[in-house]
Amino acid sequence: MSKKKIFVQGNEACIQGALYAGCRFYAGYPITPSTEVMEQMAANLPKVGGKFIQMEDEIGSIAAIVGAVAAGEKAMTGTSGPGFSLKQEIMGYAAMAEIPMVVVNVMRAGPSTGYPTGPSQADVMQAKWGSHGDSPSVVLVPSSVQELFYETIRAFNLAEKYRTPVVILFDEVIGHMREAITIPEPGEVEVIERAKPDCAPEDYKPYEVKDGKVAPLAAFGTGYRYHITGLYHAEDGFPTADQQYIHDTNMRLVNKIEDNKADICENEELFLEDAETVVFAYGVSAKSAKFAVKELRAAGIKAGLLRPKTIWPFPSDAVEKISKTAKKIIVPEMNLGQIHGEVERYAAGRCEVQGIFRVDTEPIHPKQIMNAVLGVPVEPTVIPDVVDFTARG
Amino acid sequence: MTTEATARTVPYKEKKPFDYDPYLRQGKLPHIWCAGCGHGIVLKSLLRAIDALGWKNDDISMVSGIGCSSRTPGYVDFNTMHTLHGRAFAFATGVKFANPKLNVIVTTGDGDALAIGGNHFIHAARRNMDMTILVYNNYIYGMTSGQGSPTMPEGAVSTTSRFGSIEPPFDTCELAKTAGATFVARGTAFHAQELEKTLYEALKHKGTSVVDILDSCPTYYGRFNKHKNVSEMMKSIEKDGTISVAQAAKLPPEKTEGKIVRGILHRAERLEYCDGYQNLLDRVQNK
Amino acid sequence: MGEAAKKQWRIEIDARRCKGCNICASFCPTDTLELKGITMDVKDIDSCIGCQLCDIRCPDFAIQVFPL
Repeated sequence: MSKKKIFVQGNEACIQGALYAGCRFYAGYPITPSTEVMEQMAANLPKVGGKFIQMEDEIGSIAAIVGAVAAGEKAMTGTSGPGFSLKQEIMGYAAMAEIPMVVVNVMRAGPSTGYPTGPSQADVMQAKWGSHGDSPSVVLVPSSVQELFYETIRAFNLAEKYRTPVVILFDEVIGHMREAITIPEPGEVEVIERAKPDCAPEDYKPYEVKDGKVAPLAAFGTGYRYHITGLYHAEDGFPTADQQYIHDTNMRLVNKIEDNKADICENEELFLEDAETVVFAYGVSAKSAKFAVKELRAAGIKAGLLRPKTIWPFPSDAVEKISKTAKKIIVPEMNLGQIHGEVERYAAGRCEVQGIFRVDTEPIHPKQIMNAVLGVPVEPTVIPDVVDFTARG
Repeated sequence: MTTEATARTVPYKEKKPFDYDPYLRQGKLPHIWCAGCGHGIVLKSLLRAIDALGWKNDDISMVSGIGCSSRTPGYVDFNTMHTLHGRAFAFATGVKFANPKLNVIVTTGDGDALAIGGNHFIHAARRNMDMTILVYNNYIYGMTSGQGSPTMPEGAVSTTSRFGSIEPPFDTCELAKTAGATFVARGTAFHAQELEKTLYEALKHKGTSVVDILDSCPTYYGRFNKHKNVSEMMKSIEKDGTISVAQAAKLPPEKTEGKIVRGILHRAERLEYCDGYQNLLDRVQNK
Repeated sequence: MGEAAKKQWRIEIDARRCKGCNICASFCPTDTLELKGITMDVKDIDSCIGCQLCDIRCPDFAIQVFPL
């Protein structure tokens, strides 16, 4: 059997993953650097009988996909920076109403309009806390074009499995970088289809929890008439003012993700067994980190890499584990320390945690990471000419 | 082009009460609307119109935003969605586009539709996707206790225009028509039977239908604007303040000045969005 | 002679739903209804002509008129 090999940019790999996962509805609005996600959907969805619509704004785009999911489709929208800010209210709605859907955010430099064509990793906290209230967050941070393809499929699978919105967070570099990727044959990669209720329509409760799992979401028009709202609602979907129920529901929404970290979190680990210094990196920064760690190992330095593919829920167990064996964790990220703070939280003083924070829209260079591992002071905006191996120790 | 609503036989003409129960969710009444609020009258007109069309509950999706009017979907036994302030049109667009077989109805208010949802409103009208939009227009934000809305007449008092509004109001129908809606009409809660016929035509129309419905908020608008009670309010705003298309056509302009015109104000035939998309799919896939 | 031919009506008012807004009474063409306490009541059933306008304008699904 012949696998399809294509040479595409990240944004296109993302939509290929979405199509593979069965996404047949896309609503979007143009914004740099994610526009190609929408353009490629516009070009490809009609070919497979899918629905594409360019909405009037960012809010309309995410609202439309919620509606499409209610009508039974697998749906996605994509955006960047300012658009992601605008979508936050409906991210919360989708979390509350337990709508399985996928939102892509190709990160660009902020705050505000910032630098539209420059990469950034500064939306990681927004992806977690962007909408008001405590809501569950599943956020994937792929680090290569091929991985973006697979992680998009995983995003749809997690959305369906946990009936929750899933964010794919990558940056302008991954979005626009071109790599050769392989598209697997249909059936080669698992695709989770939406569960359908098996009860009689009169017994259907869209928010009933059985064995820790929320009921399947019935599609509108299939005989299971029910109500969706962003208000706290009882098992039947209608608003409730029962305070104990409100408490329990908020806990359930968050814990259906937090309690399933083992399933949702995926990490790549490299040379961790004996690593004295571990680089904790995600997305584009992990590309540099991987290169740096391999170079350091070749020079006999005990460096390792911990690369989360899922940033939320946070891989706290993995960080706790390495904090017990490593002397130092280095966190390179293209923001002012958003994930560095989380790593510090779970390292809990057991080892040193050092950040490299670069926000000048230039990816962090492997030499900067190598120097940090070697104990050489790192200037965020300066790429060192040489790596000073003699500085070590 | 102006068209009169087609006449039909309705149960109340048989002089027996209409049975709303098949369309209502059991145990949800009484509803949350205040004493005298017109929203219940509008809902009843809508349900009678749906009944006249013979639509099945399963085939109807009702989507709303936020506000008093947006609580409507909670009471009806359809596929319902109570969404976010101003966004109902966009959610409804997703529902309809994903499953064009569903009959989509949006219930919204003047603030929800024309202030925070103004952009979604005009684009829904422009696209001409088949859906019926009911704007429950009572000039005020009731859910948040009486702030002025974009349809509030100049000089009207609200908690945010204590000394009289200095802003000109939107005309919902003119806005909808200009934006491209292919069916535009106006009704009032007072003229409930006429409203039912208007809604019947609006629901039947293929394309985006907008019906502006004047109804009364006695609790806030009425109280702030010196209306004695809801009945007086309905009489002065809805009955005496409006005139039907047919009446208006017979009278000289000076006699209709200051009156709001009720009835079907605009009808046009234009390709419906989902049909247009199907044409696109046929073109792309048969290439 | 007209008395015998006159159709009779029964008015049902659901007191749990009625909010006493008085719309039904205000627009009743034959002054059949009245507000009693906080809900509506029938003042004079004999005057009812079964026009259903009270039901049609009742926002609360609270009043129904049945032919006898």
